[in-house]
Amino acid sequence: MFGTYLRRELVNRRKQSLIISIGMALAIGLVILVNSISGGVQNAQAAVLSSVYGVGTDITIHQAAAAPTAGANPGRFSFGSGTGETSGGTTTLAQSTLTTSRTETVFAATDLDTVKATSGVQAATGTLSLTNMTFNGQLPDQTQTGTTGGTEGTGTAGQPGAEAGGTRPSGGADGAGGSSFDVDNFSVLGLDPSGASVGPLSAVTLATGRLLTAADAGTDTAVLDASYATSASLATGGTIDIGGTTFTIVGTVSSSGSDSETASNVYIPLDVAQTLSSNAGMISNIYVTAASSSGVDSLASALQTALPAATVSTQADLASTVSGSLSTASSLVANLGTWLSIIVLAAAFLIAILFTISGVTRRTREFGTLKAIGWSNRRIVSQVAGESVVQGLIGGVIGIAVGLVGILIVNIVAPTLSGSAAATTAIGGGASGGRSGGGFGAAAKAVATTVTLQAPVTLGIILVAVGLAVLGGLLAGAIGGWRAARLRPAEALRSVG
Amino acid sequence: MYELTNVTKTYNTTKKKIVALDDVTLSIPDGQMVAIQGPTGGGKSTLLQMLGALDRPTSGDVQLGSSTLSKLGDHRLAAIRAKEVGFVFQGFNLIPTLTALENVETALAPLPGSGADRRQRAQDALASVGLGDRLTHLPAELSGGQQQRVAIARALVKRPDVLLADEPTGALDEETRDEIMDLLESFWRDQGLTLIIVTHDSGVARRAERRLHIKGGRVTELAGQPA
Repeated sequence: MFGTYLRRELVNRRKQSLIISIGMALAIGLVILVNSISGGVQNAQAAVLSSVYGVGTDITIHQAAAAPTAGANPGRFSFGSGTGETSGGTTTLAQSTLTTSRTETVFAATDLDTVKATSGVQAATGTLSLTNMTFNGQLPDQTQTGTTGGTEGTGTAGQPGAEAGGTRPSGGADGAGGSSFDVDNFSVLGLDPSGASVGPLSAVTLATGRLLTAADAGTDTAVLDASYATSASLATGGTIDIGGTTFTIVGTVSSSGSDSETASNVYIPLDVAQTLSSNAGMISNIYVTAASSSGVDSLASALQTALPAATVSTQADLASTVSGSLSTASSLVANLGTWLSIIVLAAAFLIAILFTISGVTRRTREFGTLKAIGWSNRRIVSQVAGESVVQGLIGGVIGIAVGLVGILIVNIVAPTLSGSAAATTAIGGGASGGRSGGGFGAAAKAVATTVTLQAPVTLGIILVAVGLAVLGGLLAGAIGGWRAARLRPAEALRSVG
Repeated sequence: MYELTNVTKTYNTTKKKIVALDDVTLSIPDGQMVAIQGPTGGGKSTLLQMLGALDRPTSGDVQLGSSTLSKLGDHRLAAIRAKEVGFVFQGFNLIPTLTALENVETALAPLPGSGADRRQRAQDALASVGLGDRLTHLPAELSGGQQQRVAIARALVKRPDVLLADEPTGALDEETRDEIMDLLESFWRDQGLTLIIVTHDSGVARRAERRLHIKGGRVTELAGQPA
């Protein structure tokens, strides 16, 4: 009887059923679409982040940049009086230094052991973020210009020699005491050559040659970012000068994401990086993969407790560092989309409830009659709730179809979003410092990525939609049923008699 | 058998207190056909609701067989209505979205039994009121007399002890009225029902073996028998 009565009501009162179902369908469709786009934006953010932090990195650990100590200037070039080759009044100088990035603070590599020993850590690797600066140029021969020269370490590189004794200067790049030099810098990342499962190199695609392997530890081998290699006219099989040491380029890599650079310009074995930069036993970043995706937050707390001086950042923290139109899309979905969904959903629920109450009121005599012939309150409430739930489910099914069509349209249009995240930079307190990538001496490198928004359809979204449809139906049915149950049969019959 | 003892029913409105039944004491033996007459607002329908376990008196007792209706909860009253009491209304009160057969089946829904059994009994009930060929018709596709026949089939399909009819012929023409009354009377005789009819129509009331008059909530006997 329940099924027959329910079916007859839905079919014969199809106008009401249709209005409730369409209202619910629009709301469910919108929820699906917003959720799906939100998922797409999150995936896009993850793509941007993975180009920096690597696939599978749930947590990164670093120490915020500390103010330099007095007199310390790791990016300074030092030239002694006999440095360079002097010929025809011109001194040619070339020097390369490998120093810690200004936005990074190194810490003991033993912290990596602490991280690995923490419960919930599946994998962890440490890196040392460095900046290589190269000075290459010509200066006038200081002995000819008659100047006494500055105290080593206080002169200004490139400053033309001052005239002395009325003698016009000669030599230098222009033969008249002038200077000409290049200062080049690129980022260098020292990493464990055997640990590619987590960390920056886990998100790269091999372009040419090969990646670093365990056998490369202790050797002067380097892998270059393909974009950097092109811009610097370097290639696999060639060499690159890093900190005054000639490295063999064994391969080039590009980002797995489209149109983006990888986290660093150059990758070298960690032990070599530590030695060359005089940071033996030190690292600047730790990349962690959690054993369980649901345990990331608790693991981050545990790591923060274990390493109180460190800054522990999760993917969620890192997502906030993504900027560009991707960030705008994320905000739009998070704010407008979510609120729009809530409002439309609330309106749909309200429509369903009001129509159900109106239906119960209109059917007062019907329910009064059913009570008179012995139907219990429970049976009547079940009937009303059943009708509402089915109307909600019909709306849910239509809504899923509407949502899927919307998702299909989004995926066909495939809007392109650009995002950038600061590579090898401090997240949180030091984030702003890292955005000025490319500055003299700054190691931070803003990795710009262009991603195509693809809205994914997941079982979770569909289940949420069905759940909301059932919830809306139950809510309307419960309220409508409650009204029907409150009708006393005598009053119900009297009110229309 | 009905036993009503000092039954009073009052309704409170914003302006005044209405006494629908005023200290009614009444006995109706099993198998009796009773007509209740009286002016509009005299308390006829209220009395019928007390007899049909649709409402409880403000004071006094209503006894049906071994059950004291005035003291039972909603669930128990619903069970008594489902098993022992059949209702026929002036406006037929059929479910507009259900067919004649399904309307009759609604009376069997609260009772145990399989769907097939329910369907068969509903078909038999409709056949017994001469509507065996109208099983799949919606109420809107039936005449007033046919709709009332469906309502009678719905009331009787569960084989109740009591059939309560509230102006069963009030919405029908004279010819159809007689047909319906003939039908009710035949069921009363054949099934040994207690048949209680509320009516304005003296022609209908005269067919009863006992006539009660109710006015101002007080019941009086019309055929010389004390109430």
